[in-house]
Amino acid sequence: MIGYQNIFTQTQLIGVEHGPPLGVGNDPRSGVGGFNYWLGKIGNAQIGPLYLGTLGLASIICFFVAFEIVGLNMFASVGWNPIQFVRQLPWLALEPPAPKYGLHIMPPLAEGGWWLMAGFFMTSSVILWFLRTYRRAKALGMGTHVAWCFASAIFLMLSLGFIRPILVGSWSEAVPFGIFPHLDWTAAFSIRYGNLFYNPFHALSIAFLYGSTLLFAMHGATIMATTRYGAERELEHITDRGTAAERGALFWRWTMGFNATFESIHRWAWWFAVLTTLTGGIGILLTGTAVDNWYLWAVQHHYAPAYPGTGVIDPATLPGAAK
Amino acid sequence: MSMKRILIAAMAAPALLLGGCEVGTKYVDQTGPRGAGMDQVVAKSHVVKASAIPDAPYALTADMLNGPRASATYQNVKVLGDTSTEEFNRLMAEITTWVAPAEQGCNYCHNPENMASDEKYTKVVARRMLQMTRAINTDYKSHVQGVGVTCWTCHRGNQIPEYRWSMGPVESASILGNKHGQNTPDKNVGYASLPYDPFTSYLQGKNVIRVAGNSPYPTPDKGVSIKNAEQSYGLMMHLSQSLGVNCTFCHNTQSFRNWGESRPQRVTAWYGIRMVRDVNDEYISSLHGVFPKDQAGPLGDPYKVNCATCHQGQSKPLGGKSMLGDNPTLAGGNKPVMAAAPSTAPAASGEAGAPGPVLEAAKDAQTPVPAR
Repeated sequence: MIGYQNIFTQTQLIGVEHGPPLGVGNDPRSGVGGFNYWLGKIGNAQIGPLYLGTLGLASIICFFVAFEIVGLNMFASVGWNPIQFVRQLPWLALEPPAPKYGLHIMPPLAEGGWWLMAGFFMTSSVILWFLRTYRRAKALGMGTHVAWCFASAIFLMLSLGFIRPILVGSWSEAVPFGIFPHLDWTAAFSIRYGNLFYNPFHALSIAFLYGSTLLFAMHGATIMATTRYGAERELEHITDRGTAAERGALFWRWTMGFNATFESIHRWAWWFAVLTTLTGGIGILLTGTAVDNWYLWAVQHHYAPAYPGTGVIDPATLPGAAK
Repeated sequence: MSMKRILIAAMAAPALLLGGCEVGTKYVDQTGPRGAGMDQVVAKSHVVKASAIPDAPYALTADMLNGPRASATYQNVKVLGDTSTEEFNRLMAEITTWVAPAEQGCNYCHNPENMASDEKYTKVVARRMLQMTRAINTDYKSHVQGVGVTCWTCHRGNQIPEYRWSMGPVESASILGNKHGQNTPDKNVGYASLPYDPFTSYLQGKNVIRVAGNSPYPTPDKGVSIKNAEQSYGLMMHLSQSLGVNCTFCHNTQSFRNWGESRPQRVTAWYGIRMVRDVNDEYISSLHGVFPKDQAGPLGDPYKVNCATCHQGQSKPLGGKSMLGDNPTLAGGNKPVMAAAPSTAPAASGEAGAPGPVLEAAKDAQTPVPAR
């Protein structure tokens, strides 16, 4: 009877895997590790031990500080009323400074100072986490692919909240911390800059985002469909192609004429994911700096579709018009 | 899990997921080119019913417009002096129905011992409001077209119109209770987290509402900040809520800015915003200090109008029914006007800038426009 190593796992490994010994300068791992039967149904049953380390600890502290600044500001904005805090939570926000403060480092705390502090600690937290994923990968003798795709996401986040505001000279251009507020900001941003859908880098970002989900679905489906031929040992099939790899490849070659390999599909997926945020960040950095109205820019470059005109004239341009 | 349970779950899950959907009949109206998402979709159950227009106390006949003028009959008639005494009397009865509380009647504005006296603030306000009504009906035909407005359009039997605004209290300088004027579920802005008081900035004075740049490339003046763009967006949500329409009632969302692809309704709205500003600046704010404190906002400014004051969820207030035919003096003319005659003429088209004569307005009054 074959026991598959996937979501239908029938056998769970019980017996703590400690991993390789760590080199000089590493902390010991925290905890001794345990087992959870139900988590074993959807993944590895072993929980921990965890490597915390200096970077991990610093990152967690910075995240906690940022989280508390945002949360307590939201809580204060409803007058410390716990019921209103829960009811209004999706609407609440920590807003960036007003336009009058430009790029001042120290606006009053209540008028954006807390926002700058939260941004600083959140940025520190994600950069420390990036360094942690880099170092842990090195410690395990791995490549650093995880760290670099995380860096791409950090680049988009910093483009929105740090680099672009500096390029246009005002923190007020940055995104508020908040659930609905950041969505309303996004819509206002698009309207202000003449419809972001005409930004080619926004279009690329969407293509890579949707492409990522498509590749994820195709790859996940292929592996599960060929599990019975050993595809759960995917990495072994990269170097030693077996029945699963052969049938998966044949399937795609028959259906669409071309197939990725067991190795290249992961490069496809990695690059699609990385390029989603990378092109998105470039699109953000061009907005308000190189281009001010994307619709007019698209008209100028002949790719905005033209609809029949309505003959309506801007009343403000008529002689004697009120302002 | 038995097959029966799976079947029950399979049937219950979609029903639960669709729980938030509106299943009733919809009215769908295409308002622009295909592919641009230009549609108005209104659920039949959500159509705002036009509020009934109260019956006139008695019919206005043509000979009532002749005879002595009100200024010759009464003292201290400053606005309606050129109106015939009979039409004047009739209008006073109408205003009593439209605005005054039933238990007070004429005495809401007048001292019964001396009807000419200006001692009650309500009479001073009413006089200014009559000037305002006439100004709207003459100077803002670009917005109210031939339909025009009367006291009823806003008041609907209330002493203070139901939909109004005043400047909000100043928020604290600390973070305590400070929402920065936004991030609060508020009907004014369609329960978005947008700034919920776009009125103070945009429905008085002359601030620029437009946000998108006129050039593809940045200009030295830096343009509008995102925060101001959010405030403009809030105002647009108010327009949308007040009229019961979505963005594409006026705009082709390919470019909110581009007038050449916008619908004529956008022009009507543009004039409407100027009309509201004029009403608030010239007529209502000029009454600052006349209103008692309990009839003013927290900062002491009088209650002002916005789009909802008249529209109340309809793209045409009162379903587009005109009341001017019965009250020609409110149309602004000082000269006698022909009374309304029953007519089967179609209602004035929705196009902007059709300054029809008062007679045309009278025709409109006979032709109900379906509520949408």
